[in-house]
Amino acid sequence: MTSPKGIAALGAAVRKRVIGLGVFTRFFIRLLAASSIVFKRPRLVSQQIHFIGNHSLLIIAVSGLFVGFVLGLQGYYTLNRYGSEEALGLLVALSLTRELGPVVTALLFAGRAGTSLTAEIGLMRAGEQLAAMEVMAVDPARRVLAPRFWGGVIAMPVLAAVFSMVGILGGWIVGVLLIGIDTGAFWSQMQSGVDVWKDVMNGVIKSIVFGVAVTLIALFEGWQARPTPEGVARATTRTVVAGSLAVLGLDFLLTALMFSN
Amino acid sequence: MSNEKTDWWVGLFVLLGAIALTFLALRAGNLSSFSFAPTYSLTAKFDNIGGLKVRAPVKSAGVVVGRVASITLDEKTFQAVVTLHMQKSYQFPLDSSARILTSGLLGEQYIGLEPGGDDAALAAGATIKLTQSAIVLESLISQFLYGQAEKQGSPQATTPPAAK
Repeated sequence: MTSPKGIAALGAAVRKRVIGLGVFTRFFIRLLAASSIVFKRPRLVSQQIHFIGNHSLLIIAVSGLFVGFVLGLQGYYTLNRYGSEEALGLLVALSLTRELGPVVTALLFAGRAGTSLTAEIGLMRAGEQLAAMEVMAVDPARRVLAPRFWGGVIAMPVLAAVFSMVGILGGWIVGVLLIGIDTGAFWSQMQSGVDVWKDVMNGVIKSIVFGVAVTLIALFEGWQARPTPEGVARATTRTVVAGSLAVLGLDFLLTALMFSN
Repeated sequence: MSNEKTDWWVGLFVLLGAIALTFLALRAGNLSSFSFAPTYSLTAKFDNIGGLKVRAPVKSAGVVVGRVASITLDEKTFQAVVTLHMQKSYQFPLDSSARILTSGLLGEQYIGLEPGGDDAALAAGATIKLTQSAIVLESLISQFLYGQAEKQGSPQATTPPAAK
C-alpha cells in the first residue's frame, strides 16, 4: 500500500526531474545564442581546446593502445577457434571505429575534461566571479561557457579519432608482431570490411554528439552547482554519472539509427 | 602560457586529429579503393541478382575493372537492371558476357565479365546482352533433389511408404 505521502513524493520527484530537463534545455539555447563569440574571439576557443583536448591526449592515447591490445588478444582467442585469425584486423577496426572509439573516449572525456570544467565553473560561481562579470556587463554565458562548450565539441572527435587509430595500431602490435598473423591479411581484411562512410564517418558523428552531450552536462552541472565546497563536489560527481549514462544511452539510440538497414 | 605556444599546441592537436582520420579512412577503411578515374556506364539485366550489392566490384580475369553503381527492377520484364561504372581505360568487346559470382564459399558477390571475340567495343550506355544470374543455393539444392528423385523415380514409387 502506498500512502498518499508516497504518491506526493513521487509526483514531486517527477516534477523536479522534468523541471530540471526544462532548465537544461533553456541553458542549451542560451549557450547557442551566446556562441557568436566563437567567431569574434577564436583565441578563447583555442585556449579551451588546448586545455580540454591536449591535456586529455595522453590518457586517451594510452587507453586506446591498451584497448587495442586487449581486443587483439581476445579477438584472436575467439577467432582462432574458427580458424579465421586473419579477420582480426576487421574485428579490431570495426569495434573501434563503430563503438569503442567514440564511447570509451567520451567516458574518459567525461572523467578527465568534464570534471575539470564542472569544478572550474562551480568554483567561479562559488567565488562569485560569474556575478562579478555580470556586474561588469560581461555575459558569463558568452565569455565563460560558450568557448568551453565549443572547445569540448571540437576536441572530442579529434580525441576519438586518435583513440581509434592508436587502438588499431595496438591490435596490429598484438596480432601481427606478437601472435604472428600475416600483416597483409590483417590490413586487407580490414580494408575490405570497413566502409569509410558507414563505419568511420558514423563513428565521427557519434563522437561529435557525445562531445556535445558531455560538455553540455559538465557546464550545466557547474553552472547549477551550489556555491559551497560540498556543492561543487556533488556537481562534479553528477557530471561523471550523468555524462556517462547519457553517453551510453545516446550510443544505443545512435547505433539503432545508424546501423539498422 | 603565451599565445603563440597555445597556438602551436592546438595546431599540433588538430594536425594529429587530421592524421588519425586520414589513417582511419585510408589505412583502415576503403577510401583508397574509390577511384576518381573517369568511368563509363554499362547496364546488364539479370533474372536474379542474388545478394549483389551496390559498390560491388566488377572483375574481369580477377582484376577489378569497375563497380556496381545502381540496382533497379525493370517494371515490364521484372528483371534486375544493374548499372555498372567501368573504368575508362578498359574496353570490352560487344559480345562480352556478365555473370554474378561469389568470391570464396561465403564471400561477397561480384560481377565477372568475360570478354567475347567481337571487334567492336561496348560503348558508353550499352547493354550487356549475355548475362547469367546468380546461383541461389536453395534452388540449386531443390534442383539436385528433384533430379535425384527423377533418376530413381519408378523403383522408389513401388516401395511401400513405410520403407521411406
